[in-house]
Amino acid sequence: MTALPTRKDEAWRYSDHAAVAGLWPLTATAPLVVAAGTTARRTIVLDGATPAIDAHDITVEAGATLTMAVLAMGGSFGRVALDVTLGQGAHFELGGVILGRGEATNEIVTTVNHAAPNATSRQVIRSVLDERATGSYLGKVAVARGAQKSDAVQSVKALLLSRSATANAKPELEIFADDVKCAHGATVGELNKDALFYMASRGIGAEEARALLTEAFIADALAGAPELAERAIAWLRREL
Amino acid sequence: MLQITDLHATVDGKAILNGLTLTVGAGEVHAIMGPNGAGKSTLSYVLAGRAGYDVTGGTVMLNGVDLLALDAHERAAAGLFLGLQYPVEIPGVSNLTFLRTALNAQRRARGEAEASGAEFMKLVKVQAEGFGLSMDMLKRPVNVGFSGGEKKRNEMVQLAVLAPRVAVLDETDSGLDIDALRVVADGINRLRSPTTATLLITHYQRLLDYVVPDRVHVLVAGRIVRSGGPELAAALERDGYALDQAA
Repeated sequence: MTALPTRKDEAWRYSDHAAVAGLWPLTATAPLVVAAGTTARRTIVLDGATPAIDAHDITVEAGATLTMAVLAMGGSFGRVALDVTLGQGAHFELGGVILGRGEATNEIVTTVNHAAPNATSRQVIRSVLDERATGSYLGKVAVARGAQKSDAVQSVKALLLSRSATANAKPELEIFADDVKCAHGATVGELNKDALFYMASRGIGAEEARALLTEAFIADALAGAPELAERAIAWLRREL
Repeated sequence: MLQITDLHATVDGKAILNGLTLTVGAGEVHAIMGPNGAGKSTLSYVLAGRAGYDVTGGTVMLNGVDLLALDAHERAAAGLFLGLQYPVEIPGVSNLTFLRTALNAQRRARGEAEASGAEFMKLVKVQAEGFGLSMDMLKRPVNVGFSGGEKKRNEMVQLAVLAPRVAVLDETDSGLDIDALRVVADGINRLRSPTTATLLITHYQRLLDYVVPDRVHVLVAGRIVRSGGPELAAALERDGYALDQAA
């Protein structure tokens, strides 16, 4: 994409367009190719110190596995965009966490192309948003004609700590094969009041209770990336 | 030890407690019985400081401390424990983390040294064994996947580890089979001591076959209408609350 995106571009609908304009045009990053039969891990952290867009074209060749962990947090604008193409029997795993407060806008935007049969993908996204922060996940799973036995999962959950925070979740499926499994679920909720009272009744103060509950909430997404989990927890303890 | 005087409370603007007065002395076990809607659970939530339960009059003192002036977590540190009728499930937070965080938060609030990992584990192991819960279960998320009986056993483990001055047990006997009931009753009896007090809130006399209370009170329409010795529980079981409700 060379023209500056606008709110009419579906994939940029929830972006901070002033920040996007400041970052435009994007410098191209080298495509990532995970060679057939190999295994790779990648992590991406946007710490929100300055606005940032991190976009990657990724190919996971036949029988290869890519495990990614993404953490987008902080107080400005962050966007991680992944365009992933899966070869036959390839596996793509994404754990993504968005943390935001203030006026922050953070987004994870993915397109996962199941281009050949038997590929699997699993995306787990968790957002914790406070004050007037926005967190968005736009995730498209495209299953090509003939890509039978594709198996794609998208689990998207957001926790709003303030009524003025915003979570957008848009899992999307485009399927041109008839023997596939594609599951997606999206929820937006608040901290469980019963759990907060239960903790208080045992002597746990509001701040510590909130820390335990938010840490538990994001744990699923970063289970495979302890160093990112540590940074996320540090952020939660420091900023919330 | 626990002194409730002329307590009035509302929920959603509706008066539920209407001048409840009750004193539980050190070393004593009292039972509060009453029909549905009498205010039994409201009393327990008001004592624990749950949001939405508004005190409109009266006082509650625990060993001379004004409980109503404290937040819920401060009441726990002051020595109050509420055993819930329906213990809450907390996905993602293990029982051990939950309990250790609670114990140390209370100790910090009281200006005491925190329990080390080893000290804590030793403490929990003894109590888990005593109440028939495996350590494996305590490594799992709080109450998630626990049966009704296991949840109540877990409440008792928490009670024993946190060692409060006053335990308020709200329908701790509900949903228990006879084995679990015995375990819970044994636990209450074991925790009886000259320096603690227990308030059992119960709908049925069943638990009182195993835990003999010093006093039994009848709660109707948000007030204690009758008090007596342990024999009162049996009389209520036989005759019901009709007499008290008519009064």
